[in-house]
Amino acid sequence: MSLESHELEDLKTKIGREPTSTELQIVAAEWSEHCSYKSSKKHLKMLPMDGPLVINEKGYDSGVLDVGDGYVITAHIESHNHPSAVEPYGGAATGVGGVIRDILSAGTRPIALLDGLRFGDIEKDQHAKWLFKNAVTGIADYGNCLGIPTIGGEVEFDECYKNYAMVDVAAIGFGKKENLIKNHAKKGDLVVLLGGATGRDGIGGSQFASDSLETEDRSAVQIPDPFIEKLIIEAILEARNEQLIHAMKDLGGGGLSCAVSETADALDIGIEMDVEKVHTRESDMHSDEIMISESQERMLIVTDGEKLIKLRKICEKFRIECSVIGHVTFDNKMHVKKGETTIANISTDVVANATLLDLPSSKPIYLENIESPKQFPQLSDYSEILMKLLGSPNIASKIWVYGQYDHEVGIRTVTKPGYDASVLRLDNGKFLSIKIDGNPKQCYINPREGAIGCFEEACRNVVCTGAKPIGMLDHLQFGNPNDPEIFWTFLESLKGLTDFAKDFEIPCVGGKVSLYNETSDGPIKPTPVIGVIGLIDKKPLMIQKINSGDSLIMVGDTKDELGGSEYSEYIHKFIGGKCPAVDFSESKKNMNSVLDAIENELIKSAHDCSKGGLAIAISELCMINQIGCNVSLEKIPGEKLDSDKILFSESHSRYLLTIENKNLPKLEETMKKHNVSYSLIGEFTGNSICFTRDSKPIIDLSVDKAQNTWYNSLREMVLHA
Amino acid sequence: MNVGVVVFPGSNCDRDMFHVLSDVFNLNAQYCWHDQPLPENLDAVVLPGGFSYGDRLRAGIIAAHSPIIQDVKKIAEKGIPILGVCNGFQILVESGLLPGVLLKNDSLNFMCEWTNLTVENNDTPFTNQFELNQKIPIPIANGEGRYYVDDETLNKLERKNQIVFKYDQVVNGSSNQIAGVCNEEGNVVGMMPHPERAVESEINPQDNKPSSLIFESLLKKVGVEN
Repeated sequence: MSLESHELEDLKTKIGREPTSTELQIVAAEWSEHCSYKSSKKHLKMLPMDGPLVINEKGYDSGVLDVGDGYVITAHIESHNHPSAVEPYGGAATGVGGVIRDILSAGTRPIALLDGLRFGDIEKDQHAKWLFKNAVTGIADYGNCLGIPTIGGEVEFDECYKNYAMVDVAAIGFGKKENLIKNHAKKGDLVVLLGGATGRDGIGGSQFASDSLETEDRSAVQIPDPFIEKLIIEAILEARNEQLIHAMKDLGGGGLSCAVSETADALDIGIEMDVEKVHTRESDMHSDEIMISESQERMLIVTDGEKLIKLRKICEKFRIECSVIGHVTFDNKMHVKKGETTIANISTDVVANATLLDLPSSKPIYLENIESPKQFPQLSDYSEILMKLLGSPNIASKIWVYGQYDHEVGIRTVTKPGYDASVLRLDNGKFLSIKIDGNPKQCYINPREGAIGCFEEACRNVVCTGAKPIGMLDHLQFGNPNDPEIFWTFLESLKGLTDFAKDFEIPCVGGKVSLYNETSDGPIKPTPVIGVIGLIDKKPLMIQKINSGDSLIMVGDTKDELGGSEYSEYIHKFIGGKCPAVDFSESKKNMNSVLDAIENELIKSAHDCSKGGLAIAISELCMINQIGCNVSLEKIPGEKLDSDKILFSESHSRYLLTIENKNLPKLEETMKKHNVSYSLIGEFTGNSICFTRDSKPIIDLSVDKAQNTWYNSLREMVLHA
Repeated sequence: MNVGVVVFPGSNCDRDMFHVLSDVFNLNAQYCWHDQPLPENLDAVVLPGGFSYGDRLRAGIIAAHSPIIQDVKKIAEKGIPILGVCNGFQILVESGLLPGVLLKNDSLNFMCEWTNLTVENNDTPFTNQFELNQKIPIPIANGEGRYYVDDETLNKLERKNQIVFKYDQVVNGSSNQIAGVCNEEGNVVGMMPHPERAVESEINPQDNKPSSLIFESLLKKVGVEN
């Protein structure tokens, strides 16, 4: 929990003297990877961050997008991996709390949450099961109590997360543009700490998260209190309405050290504060502990004396504490006192800006032959394999998870969890569609194509609701960046995401880098998680029930791309093979054709084809609608392939459209207009999922049987196995 | 028509309920903060859902001791319609305005899902526009939603027609699948499912009309009497 020796030298040179012990603690927290992004910052600049809808203001912890009519949405993504791996309930819950305060600090009300969860193999590993179960409860208890709906997410299991937990939380906020906090400060303004008391929990959390997970340092994990967070949200929004806030920042990683130095640095001011003024949970806390505690549910507010009186009234109403801990100066110094004694006095520029690194990278040796194809034995009947996949932890329905999250509160949720992307209604009559996607299996095999694939998949999901992607959130999660091979995978993923974002003109509006995701068993697979926000101007595709006789259209080519598929890895225990790659121009055409079909109300539903491949995507349609289908494999668009490749390859840019037959001619017209590869591949009928090839049955599975396994297997795994 | 929406620290469906009362049914809704006296001009009071006091000790118990509950009790005696939804129901039960208790669901988990109710009593201010046994598609979202009463009380509830809503099937293990009850006089109704989440077709994947009847019943009741 201290600086490296060269960093200490760097600090001494910058301040021209020996640092005090408090200064050392402050700088160590702020220069940690978690707070400073020192390994990644240089490279993150390559991502496009501007766009016609993006609103940039100094000091925001979340991205802001203009959704018209005087309204904005805010978006951010965070993770809480290290804490959740040690204490999954508290770690996951406080992960939710942190990202919500980032949304709040822009002056917007949090209106939705999404969670990406990843654990080890829950079929074999009791510890992974314990982590999973408790992380879900932690998220549920926190989000539900706040009344912020958890509207979507993803859950994945992979051996690479053994003894570890990946908990990613994305949050969306909504508000009026005029209510955004325009962070500013003038001399003499007061610095106020509002919310929960500062305690000994979360001490050194940032440094803990900036190293491999080898010890279970529970004191570095924060203790959640959603009730206080709820009171803070309401108090802050009331203060916002009364225009009492000059500037605001949430206390997250690095605690007061980080919030004070970053606020001062962003606003080009100095802050003088007294640790004795901080309301604490315990009376004998050391000054250094107060400065680096990461106790949750705290906000830093800059205001003036007159407004403080009103702010205190609001705090009294909600019975939350608020302490004036300091004031604004103009010497650009972070001056920390204990009573009359100075314990730190250091330039904010030095604290808030760690020296950035330019780490070496080299292509990992394991990648050399990993994409060589492997031929799996061909079967005449794939029904059993399909059943096995439907019941597998990664493909089985996640209803056991999202059924524990209140996804209706706030009465905005138009499309509920369980479909491609959830849809929220906004106050201006528009709709928002959001999805997060990751795919470590593909990212391991090809970090660039895998990352692009996550991005495109999230786009596909929002496109299926009729939304046009307007912004992206990236969460880049990797192992130790000092390993050149790991750093290479980070750079490759980042370059891939940048290329896609630029080509599709989707700005990155927020993100997070999480490194050192390692245990004694080694690093995780590269795990970028991409969130895509889509906007619907008129009305979303309201999914209609599929009836007997409706047709199934497939858009996009199926390719020989079994690498990283559930079929390769779950059924054949093989890691390798050709990773699915996105063809940008094909992707764009397919997206536009689907959006066109939705806008012209030609289709009943659109479903993305991804994890588990075509066989799973079609089965999902059948199970959700309780209807059978007849699909002919020879009609699937793309070159002629073996049956297992057609059924289970996870090629991108593919969509399944269901349509009433009377609309078929118009749909064909639309597809031809966009010059996409498409085909009528089957129809819905009966009560069995049937696939044939040249009239020979390849799969014949009762919908009831499939449904029963798909809906219940995850619950069974968690509760009984 | 003036409807008070009682807000406790931790209430989180107050804004949703306010929106439905004022924007969907054009009523004059007003928020009533828990430590203030209840305004005198109210024609009805709603206790919305949420996590008052973070559900500490057990759901509803702390809010049941809020100053405003004394006023709620007074107007309950006057026969003014009072509806408690979810946490509001838990508070009414904990304050003794309604019989029974609400226990943890038998799954031991928080449950958020769409259910079907049947109307068992269409003689309350919130159900007078329903046919008996009419179905209502409606979502639940709770951790402590399992209504429990002992056999003796259950008999009494049945005898006095105090069971207002039942679930169509076993949802959380509640006594006799009870989802909502009323007091003996019928003017105080509590229910675990959320009608405010089901009255707008945009967010109701099934049918928003049955849930709307809960509010239309109130309009009818108060409209007739005034």
